[in-house]
Amino acid sequence: MNSPAGGILLEASALSKLYPGVTALSEVNFDLRRSEVHALVGENGAGKSTLAKIVAGLEKPDSGTMRLQGRPYSPAGKKEAERSGVRIVMQELKLISNLTVAENVFLEDMPRRMGWIDYRRMNASAARLMAEVGLENVAPDRPVRELGVGQQQMVEIAAGLSRQCDLLILDEPTAALTDAERELLFAHLARLKSAGAGVVYISHRMEEIKRVADRITVLRDGKVVATCPAADASIGQIVRWMVGRELKDAVGTSPRRVGEVALCVFGLSRGEAVKDVSFELRSGEILGFAGLMGSGRTETMRAIFGADRPDAGQVYLRGSTRPAKIGSPSDAVRCGIALLTEDRKEQGLLLPLPVRCNVTLARLRELARPGGWIRSSQEKAVAERMARMLSIRCRSTEQTAAELSGGNQQKLVIAKWLYRDCDVLIFDEPTRGIDVGAKFEIYRLLADLAGRGKAIIVVSSDMQELLAVCDRIAVMSAGRLAAVFDREDFDQDRIMAAALSGYAGAQGKAAGA
Amino acid sequence: MSDFRPIAWLAGMPAAVKGGFMRLLALVGAMMARFWRALPAPLRGSILTPPTAIGRAAARCWRRMPSPVRTRVERLAALAGSFAAGCWGGVRAAVRESLGMLLILAGLIAVFGLTTDYFISVSTFRMISRQIPDAIIIAVGMTYVLIIAGIDLSVGSVLAFSSAMLGVSMVRYHWPAWAAILLCLDIGLACGLFNGFVSIRWRLPSFIVTLGMLEIARGATYLVTDSRTQYIGSAIEGIAEASVLGVPLPFVIAIAIVVAGQLVLTRTVFGRYMIAIGTNEEAVRLSGIDPRPIKLAVFVLCGMLASVAAVIQTSRQATSDPGAGTGYELQAIAAVVNGGTSLMGGRGSVARSFFGVLIIAVLERGLVQLGASTPAKRVITGLVIVIAVILDCYRQRLRSSRR
Repeated sequence: MNSPAGGILLEASALSKLYPGVTALSEVNFDLRRSEVHALVGENGAGKSTLAKIVAGLEKPDSGTMRLQGRPYSPAGKKEAERSGVRIVMQELKLISNLTVAENVFLEDMPRRMGWIDYRRMNASAARLMAEVGLENVAPDRPVRELGVGQQQMVEIAAGLSRQCDLLILDEPTAALTDAERELLFAHLARLKSAGAGVVYISHRMEEIKRVADRITVLRDGKVVATCPAADASIGQIVRWMVGRELKDAVGTSPRRVGEVALCVFGLSRGEAVKDVSFELRSGEILGFAGLMGSGRTETMRAIFGADRPDAGQVYLRGSTRPAKIGSPSDAVRCGIALLTEDRKEQGLLLPLPVRCNVTLARLRELARPGGWIRSSQEKAVAERMARMLSIRCRSTEQTAAELSGGNQQKLVIAKWLYRDCDVLIFDEPTRGIDVGAKFEIYRLLADLAGRGKAIIVVSSDMQELLAVCDRIAVMSAGRLAAVFDREDFDQDRIMAAALSGYAGAQGKAAGA
Repeated sequence: MSDFRPIAWLAGMPAAVKGGFMRLLALVGAMMARFWRALPAPLRGSILTPPTAIGRAAARCWRRMPSPVRTRVERLAALAGSFAAGCWGGVRAAVRESLGMLLILAGLIAVFGLTTDYFISVSTFRMISRQIPDAIIIAVGMTYVLIIAGIDLSVGSVLAFSSAMLGVSMVRYHWPAWAAILLCLDIGLACGLFNGFVSIRWRLPSFIVTLGMLEIARGATYLVTDSRTQYIGSAIEGIAEASVLGVPLPFVIAIAIVVAGQLVLTRTVFGRYMIAIGTNEEAVRLSGIDPRPIKLAVFVLCGMLASVAAVIQTSRQATSDPGAGTGYELQAIAAVVNGGTSLMGGRGSVARSFFGVLIIAVLERGLVQLGASTPAKRVITGLVIVIAVILDCYRQRLRSSRR
């Protein structure tokens, strides 16, 4: 391996990219050395993903040049970039849900024997790759659609790692991962580094970046704000660069007045995923749900919401002694329960429709005259009011939801439920894939909502987030509620231990991570 | 021409004459305005006084009315006003989004006008307006079904079955026309209900359920009619023969259904839910809205519209033919997709479907006048459908890049 430019693997100079109406990148200089993890950080829409896509050959820059290993490099497409040894693992899942894990991993070049796919060889190598990323319990011939989001992301990463590459781009790889899965990924990155590959690492999680990155480049509004060794920059400094203004590191946790019991869940069970879960939630309280991926948190929430029918158990509302009849999401919404799903693009939003329609969807009937005639001026006013209230950044409420950034999409989902005026709000991974600035806005919003007497559940895989935001943390493990901690008892190690308690023999795996 | 038909008459005039006529009207208007301004002020005042006096009296009368009556009238007026404003807004938006199709239509008419001798004539337009109402009405229902990401392949058979029941009840059992028409509409309703219920209850793709209904209804048609065409006669012809201001009544009904369909789609909760369901049914369900009744209603509507088309077609032919409506489902889908409605759901426009039907009808009529044979006509129509969809694809891209 010759490295004429003194160990520099990739050098991009003066890259610019214009999208209609937006300058995604302007005059960006970026370089990546061998055996280096170079983190790209910035708020959503700062241009990280655009830069990554250009390097990976998915987009063409409008101007600027790139050199790969000293040679001019301008890939015409993903294929050509891959031939040059550049691979990308995208933030959005690109798996084909009806194909098996192994078929997805080897989609581009399946092992063949006389024209037929050699399934035995393919499944064996897929199983080996899965084991490397800690998915040894996932059979390679299982269809991807049966896996959880976090597992799917690991499959995607495994697919990215499956082939030899000199330059790997990871765009938000850990957004849906648990801590244990993340550790396995980091171990793998270390292996790649020692083999001389360069890694471009995009993430919103600061602690993570401080841990794995050698250098950090901060982007803001399509421009490079700073590039420096990771050791030299404090998290506070990076965040300041990113947002261009001072941000408090922690969310203000002013004591709130916790009111009556708003929701009481008793003995909730559903299949293997949820076993005898009981808890109470008071108005004005934020209750966190911690646990490993697949510990049954999402399934519990879906069962409460009526999205999946529970096998057993009751839900009591507002201290009522009679169980609420919740057989479907529409019953739940009528009872004032809202579920903000983990997968906001697939389950929360109508992406091709304008912001306006998304805000008013859940309460459209009240905006209409008898007969269903929508009062359009009123609808517009409502949408604009909600957009302003949550400071959703959009050109107008007629812009489609698909065009918003991740953080603004999440705010849009919140706007929908706020307008519906639900009392119990269940957030499943509210800040997944959202930049730091927007994250803090969401945290403030959560605190604000609780202050207004809403009862809030936050399901999250980000422990720091739960510790910062919640009044109490419930920990789920293998479908059971393992423990509930009050704020004064918050302790990361004890929560982690509780999360692992349900898995006999799983401690080894976590300890190894 | 025995009766005076101003719209057809105006449309039939040569362009130069029409232009001259319009200019004349404008000139007369301007002269009248100048004349009014030239009048001495007192004279003008005295002419205006009687109306103002009437106005004052009306105002006095209004003030004397009991206030509950007044508020109720006011509320009613406000409702009517905003309803009208909404309608107007909806119609304007529909026209704006159909501009491209209007251009294609105008282009087609111009081409056929130049290449044939008699294309731009009253008889052509009367022919088309008599022939397409059933296709238009079916296209409206199909648009709805496609928007909720479904499909209804049974419309042609449902049309035939409804028509057969209309014929049988009138010819064999001597039912009065109104009762037979009601029965006919109920048949459409029942078929739509079956389609909707089965596909929703067992979560089956509507493609396969309605394909079943296509066979069921066609078979039932042959069973009830003993495979015979039934002549009904003048008892049913009235609907097709009637005309409003020179425009055939069926065409007026079809236009009314198009306007209502477009307004329901774009201005009502029901329409918004339809679009939302077609876009992402799971997101709608998780927003606390039960999508099932809405989907059921759409299938029922589609079935009923097929039977409305059956009434009109039966009336036009004065007979009910068990072979009627064969292939209508595909024609309707072609016209609707031509109008930019997505087969994947979530996007569509009734107004544009209307123009889709109209464009195909004009094309076929024009080709007939050019002397094209039926097979050649079908080849050309098919090609034009494909080209139109390709063009629409570019239009979409243009619009999304302009944003």
